[in-house]
Amino acid sequence: MGDRLYRVFTSLRLTVTLLALGLILVFWGTLAQVQLGLYKAQNDFFRSFFIYWSPGQSSLRIPIFPGGYLIGWLLLINLFSAHFRYYQPGRKKYGIIMIHLGVVLLLFGQLLTDVLSTESVMHLRNGEMKNYSEVSRRYELAVVDTTDPQVDKVVAIPESRLLRAGDISHAGMPFTIRVAAFYSNSSLTETAATDHVQVQTTAGTGSGIWWRSLPRETDMDKRDMPSGIVELITPQGSLGTYLVSAYLTQPQNLTYNNRTYELRLRLERLYKPFTVHLLEFKHDKYPGTDIPKNFSSRVRLQRPDTGEDREVLIYMNNPLRYAGETYYQASFDPDDQGTVLQVVHNPSWLTPYFSCVLVGVGLMTQFSSHLFNFAAKRKAT
Amino acid sequence: MKVLYKILPWFFLVLFATEIVAVLLPKADGRFHTAEFGRLPVLLNGRIQPFDSVARNSLLQMRSTGDVPLEEVPSWQFWHHPQKLKSTEWLLEVFFNPSVADTRPIFLIHHPDLISELKLDNKGVEKSGLRYYSYNELAPVLPEIAEQGRKADETEDALRTTYQKQVMKLANALVLYQRLKSSIEPEGTHDFTSVMAHYQASLPAAKAAFRAQQAGEKVDATTLQQFANVAKQFEDMANFAYPLVVPPVNPADKDAWMNVGASVLASIPDAKIQPAVGYFARMATAYEQADVAEFNSAVAGYKTWLATDFARVAAKGRAEYYFNQIKVFLHATIIYLVAFLLACGALLTFGLAPKLSESMRRSSFYLIVLAFVVHTFGLVFRMALEGRPPVTNLYSSAIFIGWGACILGMALERVYKLGLGSAVAGLAGFVTLLIAHNLALGGDTMEMLRAVLDTNFWLATHVVCVTIGYASTFVAGTLGLAYILLGVFTPLLSRKVGDTSPKSKTRDLTLGKAMAKMVYAIVCFATLFSFVGTVLGGIWADQSWGRFWGWDPKENGALMIVIWNVLILHARWGGLVRERGLMNLAVFGNIVTSFSWFGVNMLGIGLHSYGFMDAAFRWLMAFDASQVLLIALGLLPQRLWMSFRTTGPSDRTPAPILATHT
Repeated sequence: MGDRLYRVFTSLRLTVTLLALGLILVFWGTLAQVQLGLYKAQNDFFRSFFIYWSPGQSSLRIPIFPGGYLIGWLLLINLFSAHFRYYQPGRKKYGIIMIHLGVVLLLFGQLLTDVLSTESVMHLRNGEMKNYSEVSRRYELAVVDTTDPQVDKVVAIPESRLLRAGDISHAGMPFTIRVAAFYSNSSLTETAATDHVQVQTTAGTGSGIWWRSLPRETDMDKRDMPSGIVELITPQGSLGTYLVSAYLTQPQNLTYNNRTYELRLRLERLYKPFTVHLLEFKHDKYPGTDIPKNFSSRVRLQRPDTGEDREVLIYMNNPLRYAGETYYQASFDPDDQGTVLQVVHNPSWLTPYFSCVLVGVGLMTQFSSHLFNFAAKRKAT
Repeated sequence: MKVLYKILPWFFLVLFATEIVAVLLPKADGRFHTAEFGRLPVLLNGRIQPFDSVARNSLLQMRSTGDVPLEEVPSWQFWHHPQKLKSTEWLLEVFFNPSVADTRPIFLIHHPDLISELKLDNKGVEKSGLRYYSYNELAPVLPEIAEQGRKADETEDALRTTYQKQVMKLANALVLYQRLKSSIEPEGTHDFTSVMAHYQASLPAAKAAFRAQQAGEKVDATTLQQFANVAKQFEDMANFAYPLVVPPVNPADKDAWMNVGASVLASIPDAKIQPAVGYFARMATAYEQADVAEFNSAVAGYKTWLATDFARVAAKGRAEYYFNQIKVFLHATIIYLVAFLLACGALLTFGLAPKLSESMRRSSFYLIVLAFVVHTFGLVFRMALEGRPPVTNLYSSAIFIGWGACILGMALERVYKLGLGSAVAGLAGFVTLLIAHNLALGGDTMEMLRAVLDTNFWLATHVVCVTIGYASTFVAGTLGLAYILLGVFTPLLSRKVGDTSPKSKTRDLTLGKAMAKMVYAIVCFATLFSFVGTVLGGIWADQSWGRFWGWDPKENGALMIVIWNVLILHARWGGLVRERGLMNLAVFGNIVTSFSWFGVNMLGIGLHSYGFMDAAFRWLMAFDASQVLLIALGLLPQRLWMSFRTTGPSDRTPAPILATHT
């Protein structure tokens, strides 16, 4: 039995079968994008172990086809075991080993990217300066001590913690936050509406607002708008209950022990030890047309702890790589007065480069040895 | 007879080479120096191009042809060349003699419902089932077309019917035509030179009157009104004209081209009309009055004026005009076709009439080399005109795929002198250039590249690699289908093609085995280029938006080609397929590649569907169906294959490679 399994896993028959399944999967997944959109098709087909089918309206999920992860892992197992079984030292095999090593590196690199990389966005108007980027799908409750006009002290509570409810305390906060209710997606109205209930708060902007929870967004173009009610509790007693919501763009202020605080539910911020200052965004067009020729952001990069201070031009196909992050020209404001930089932190970004070289050189050695053999044979005749 | 066989290849080569040389030689201009006019540079769609390109691409958008036939000749009378208005001749009429231009049948409508809706059944001229209408014939229904076009425009792309797409295309063509008419002089102008002279003369008085009015003095209202009327005409032109024909006032400011209207308005403050406007006015008047000498002198004068500050721009115009005229790819297409037919003849008579076969094979190979030279000339000329690597859009990818396939075919022919390589090169060259020709019917093929694509480095590496991957996969597939056809319908596959001396290692080499070797080698080559090309594409994506792989349809298409080639190699190494299996897999590679090349662009069919893509979709389906049929043929049991009927199964070899290690 074990022997048979070993034979199956080391066989080229399995390789070919898996490749054929992979081809069908990619084809199907590509066609499915027309219906499902890129994001959902990607998750259903490529970032999954199985593709499921639900008959009619039922909640049954029947796996009907292997997904990208399953095929990928099986191919890796197949590859390693086949190399183990057939490995023979000798110069003839260098090419083959390099090729497969390159492929493995590529697949692992992508897996690492899936796990380790974070994407955020830095939106700057002309002249604006920021030392943080925002993660566009995650929220945090920020408690900011603004007493010192020079420096803000921020305590940020991630949404995942808020969803678990209960009491939250932190050394940087003189009070405990008790989460009374939290919806990861919600609707707020200023008049009574169907299914909405009136918000019950004792402080801040909550009065005169109705709310309800909503299911999470699956659409690529829309984002969740979470809301919640929190109570601030001090050793002396409660400071009141507050409505916090992604819909409220202005922070709510409060004072305690002669210190002033701001309370705000906002997109999760990733702070940097440096500032980025947008000097000028440019949207060039070809003369006499609306065809974009180039988008570029001239920014000033300042890092107090090293004294670094320089100007950088970020434009299409030419990102800024700095401090383990990469800043790409991603989008711009409709009035051409502001830029959107995509900030990607991806520790494994170099793997495709190595993989490409490994596989390319491997294929060339392998095929050229075939070719030389062939040429030699023909010459011999 | 022997001499004849020797001469034949040279005869073909000289015949076609002479034709090419004749095409490349400069031609004499007409009575009106239309060619000289056609060479003059303008700025349109973000690039410098000659008037001739403006004319040609506009005609393509309106009528799907590059010139205007003046009489309709049935297609079967191919020896009868109809009289034609060449693109620039037509443009001159539109600019300077619009009343005649309005009678030319230049608007193509081929939707029967649209024709009957607009009550045009009894109008227009017909050719091969297509109906062409003149502006005058459409004039009564212009409001209706505009209204329907507006409605279609409001409909979401994906939901538009073919009828609506037709209406939009027609409405756009009409707008384009009207824009062209007011590109040099205000519509309805007679004797533009006098109009301009009068305008310039009245300028100081008008300015003085205007200043006086501002100062609150009493002025003659008619002077101001008359001037305002003329200025209004130029303002309309400034808003509506199509190409920018007036070179920048300051030659260093390369992008500051203007149209005539804008230039005239800009010259109000210092009352200095641009020289270019003066030359165009002279051309307009001379053409209208049929004054040949004056027209030619104005064109020559403008050309001389350009030579001082705009020599490079003028040279670009001349070069592109030349390229438009010589139609290199059309000539290459014809030579490829002849070479393909000769190579087929060589293959089929191989064994029956060896000497004739060899003579045809040689002829075919010579012609392939000639066609390749012409093809390369066109490819390089285009690259120089654009200042870009070879592939920038779908059109140029077709040209490059043909070119790459031709190199592979020639290489195969050098190794195995069987005519097979030439056949593949000829077929690939012919088909891809035909596809390119049809893609070019959409209009300009040298459009500017959007920001993210504006990088010669990645275009030269990623795009070229991937396209070579396409080309080689197609070559392998073509060999596969040749194998199936030759195997099933002829006894040729079992013919010995190697060295027949008793000690030779290739003594037992049959055509079938030789083809299997070719396919294997080409699949290896395809794997290398499609893999490296695909990964480079990922790296480009990482460079431009921080994502190596996004499962985008075009990426997936490239990945599918890689997977398929890798599958073929592993199936072959594992002995899961032998000769015929290899061929069937290679033919399926054609389907995979055609999906990646064209199919994924059509997925967006919902998003960007144009008339052509609908037609292309039908062709793609037909192509894929034909490949499936061929694979079915390839799956027939071996005893039904003519090649293997007598000799018995020959594809018992090769043995699985890896199995020997166990």
